[in-house]
Amino acid sequence: MTSLMPEGLAIFIECLVIGVCIILMYALLAIILIYMERKICAFFQCRLGPNRVGKWGILQVIGDVLKMLTKEIIEMKNVDRFLYNLAPFMVLIASFLTFACLPVNKGMEILNFNVGVFFMLAASSIGVVGILLAGWSSNNKFSLIGAMRSGAQIISYELSIGLSILTMIVLTGTMQFSEIVEQQADGWFIFKGHIPAIIAFIVYLIAGNAETNRGPFDLPEAESELTAGYHTEYSGMHFGFFYLAEYLNMFIVAGIAATIFLGGWMPFHIVGLDGFNAIMDYIPGFIWFFGKAFFVVFLLMWIKWTFPRLRIDQILSLEWKYLVPISMINLILMVLIVAFKLHF
Amino acid sequence: MDQNKKDSYLGGLLNGIKTLLIGMKTTITVFFRKKVTEQYPENRATLKMFDRFRGDLIMPHNEHNEHKCVACGLCQMACPNDTIHITTETIETEDGKKKKILSKYEYNLGSCIFCQLCVNACPHDAITFDQEFEHAVFDRSKLILTLNHPGSKLMVKEK
Repeated sequence: MTSLMPEGLAIFIECLVIGVCIILMYALLAIILIYMERKICAFFQCRLGPNRVGKWGILQVIGDVLKMLTKEIIEMKNVDRFLYNLAPFMVLIASFLTFACLPVNKGMEILNFNVGVFFMLAASSIGVVGILLAGWSSNNKFSLIGAMRSGAQIISYELSIGLSILTMIVLTGTMQFSEIVEQQADGWFIFKGHIPAIIAFIVYLIAGNAETNRGPFDLPEAESELTAGYHTEYSGMHFGFFYLAEYLNMFIVAGIAATIFLGGWMPFHIVGLDGFNAIMDYIPGFIWFFGKAFFVVFLLMWIKWTFPRLRIDQILSLEWKYLVPISMINLILMVLIVAFKLHF
Repeated sequence: MDQNKKDSYLGGLLNGIKTLLIGMKTTITVFFRKKVTEQYPENRATLKMFDRFRGDLIMPHNEHNEHKCVACGLCQMACPNDTIHITTETIETEDGKKKKILSKYEYNLGSCIFCQLCVNACPHDAITFDQEFEHAVFDRSKLILTLNHPGSKLMVKEK
């Protein structure tokens, strides 16, 4: 394409196409995830979920999306106009940036540099700014309390996520996502680094849940306590952005867990069973990736619909008194295992 | 002793993990269980309500078109909403004694609250509730029902 037009324009068009692709995938994944959540939550509660709109209710979410698109965006009088409109976009941009890091198939990731993991952690922290802006600019006491709680919660759990991912980086020696997946060709990391990897996986799931304000940690948006917390004053598509970003953040947490712990797009190989390995190789990489990510999403939903909500002091004490010490001890354990070559 | 164990750091942590796993096992069992939701309009052919369901007030008649109501009026007095209205007439029996019998038993389905006080008050089990629950009509006057069939009379007990 550079023969037809100047190079800057070619790169620009390529970036535009990639941007449109990301947005389309985003929307499609959100629709699938919202449908999955409604059906799975219903099954856990011994009921059927949506089954009237379309066979098995698959058109229900599309109906919901249309409803949200056509709702009026109510103009508030006393809000801080610029920050109020900016907040949903900041949350969405943080979400897009982390989404672009996920390796979906061999060679098929959008952002791939040698400090990939570090970049991902940094980009997910931009979301906190969006939430705090939403709470502050809404000119509403409940929103402010919700935003402050959410800010405290997310900043605390960043530590646990960082430590548990760091534990796995000790095992891999590289922070580049494609390298991390390549190194799992002969066994996923959760099997290779046995005990510390499993502990790190569990800590990562709990901390990832709390990062995205989901599951038993959804106090900042607790519908029955704070009337929707930091996104109370948003309606129509602005609320739709927060809603979307929450589901996609959950998927991204699941995707990162699938990449670092469960092997990304690598098929399930058992060392020595060559026939089995050959069959597993036939299934394309992105099906493996999405399958693993959806499995982790199922685990997160299972946790959400089993446990009651935690209070804010319980959330913070869980993090600082239990998860951080456990993560640090786990890190030392992993370092010892790598140094003495006790892993597989 | 048990409380002391739970208060310590490690004991508390392990106890917490154990209870969380019990909870998760319960929900995953419910996940795979057959759901109890009744898909209403589609299952009308096989739907059977439970025995004590209060659907519609009826006065059961046997094959000789006889009912058990002696027109005592206890159900009319028991009803909190004045739904039941009994009309009686006095006839002469063969022995020459004057007897009161039921001529019309009016029941207003629109104002019934299905409290079952009338069924409980009846000393002869003349009225009861059946399982029929689809009584929507387009005209309010269709809700005023007459429960005794035309030409029916009181069932005489064999001594």
